Amino acid sequence: MILEVNDLRSGYGRIPILMGVTLNVTEGEFLGILGHNGMGKTTLMNTLMGHLPTTGGTVRFAGQDITKLKSHQRSRTGLGLVPQGRQIFADLTVYENLRMGMAGQSAEDTEFMDDILSLFPRLQRLLERRGGALSGGEQQLLALARCLCARPKLMLLDEPTEGIQPSILDEIVETLLVLRTRGLSLILVEQNLDFIAALSSRILTIQKGAIAGEMSPQDLQNPEIVSKFVGMTAD
Amino acid sequence: MDIAIIVGLDIISGIASLLLISAGLAVIFGMMKIINLAHGEFLMLGAYTTVLSVSAGINIWIAMLVISPIVVGLIGVIVERCLIQFLYGRLVDTMLATWGLSLVIVGTTTMIFGNTIVGVASPLGGFKVGQYQSSLYTPFLAVMAVLLMVLIWVVMRFTRAGLIARAVMQNPDMAATLGVNPAKVYMATFGAGAAISGLAGGLLAPVAGIVPTMGAAYIAKAFITVVGGGTSILWGLITASGLFGFINQIAAFLTTPVYGEVILFIAAVVLIRLLPMGISGKFFKGRL
Repeated sequence: MILEVNDLRSGYGRIPILMGVTLNVTEGEFLGILGHNGMGKTTLMNTLMGHLPTTGGTVRFAGQDITKLKSHQRSRTGLGLVPQGRQIFADLTVYENLRMGMAGQSAEDTEFMDDILSLFPRLQRLLERRGGALSGGEQQLLALARCLCARPKLMLLDEPTEGIQPSILDEIVETLLVLRTRGLSLILVEQNLDFIAALSSRILTIQKGAIAGEMSPQDLQNPEIVSKFVGMTAD
Repeated sequence: MDIAIIVGLDIISGIASLLLISAGLAVIFGMMKIINLAHGEFLMLGAYTTVLSVSAGINIWIAMLVISPIVVGLIGVIVERCLIQFLYGRLVDTMLATWGLSLVIVGTTTMIFGNTIVGVASPLGGFKVGQYQSSLYTPFLAVMAVLLMVLIWVVMRFTRAGLIARAVMQNPDMAATLGVNPAKVYMATFGAGAAISGLAGGLLAPVAGIVPTMGAAYIAKAFITVVGGGTSILWGLITASGLFGFINQIAAFLTTPVYGEVILFIAAVVLIRLLPMGISGKFFKGRL
């Protein structure tokens, strides 16, 4: 087990959002988390990354209790986050954004960066462009590449399809499938049913800050099951 | 012709002085959005460090260029660890705390050294332009101001530390997600800003009357320069220093030095009224 989350509780100030989330991720697994807006998906990602304080429960990652670690310490254990909204450093170039992916390491490994860039051919011709000047899709690719430069064992991917053109979505799916063969583990938070079905081997549904159920990707083809767990319908 | 050269030198000197006295404040404000009201006292501590070092027999160049920035930089790190780190994101509290700190530094310095003017002799001689006499220290200060700007640019633009500092300045949470400890970056940045102020204080020691309250003479000018320049550390600082230094010296030449200062402050008020985000907020958005 690479990640063990037990009865995790968190929130904003005195407002509780996560009401006791329990989940596990095995090594190399792509786990999907599906839920409506406001159900706690992004709060879960931010709490796992250490941006929000844990008010209860435990998080064990790669055999280590990281519940009390700060986000930069969690990053150094091999946890990576591609946040909602991408959060590209707008005034840095694409190349500088990628270098920032290696900021937590003792030295920059340009060969490794070239290897990551080979997965993102679209970024190769944009290296000197400011991050803020990229399209939403290009920024999403950059956010993924930047996270990979930090050599994560487990990547937390928060709503990557938000505002992205379909051609880039296909690229993201292909790239992530390649990364799965390289042993990367993933937690994918999404509302796009096709996207989450294409990548996840298991899907958890989240409602009111707690895990409400588990589905297989095939279950997403069944409107009754989808409607029962998350009130969504497949297109 | 001679008078034109002398006025030109005065303008260069005015711009260089503004660059030097404002650079440390610009780094701290631009990077950390902290208004350090003890900035003038950091300058004063740099000047005193130079005076004390020279009195102890240390070469004045080493005193000004090495010892002053190191001593004040270390003081800056201590101040950040003991005071500033608890107040990030609380602008008014930070202003109050650094104002209190400035009073403590002035009081302590007065207690130790007394309220008398001390100084060091200029290490460079003079030169004549026609019937006018000027000091070689004036062009030296200009060269040092240029070198300081180049140094800040090189560090920020080409080094890993500068890249990380720029990223933390833009989005500390995202930088932390990538393994950077923002608290360490803030500490180093505050220390670097203080060290630059210490360097400026050391460089001004031969041309300034050094008393514990001397910081008050610089803080207002440094603030209008930084606020007038906006959040872009280098371009804001360079353009605001150039504009205000030019206005100050021309006005002083045409009227008197006192009116020169008054006109400088009026120009600053007009500029900030017209460009609330400073010069760089309008013309150099996103630039270093």
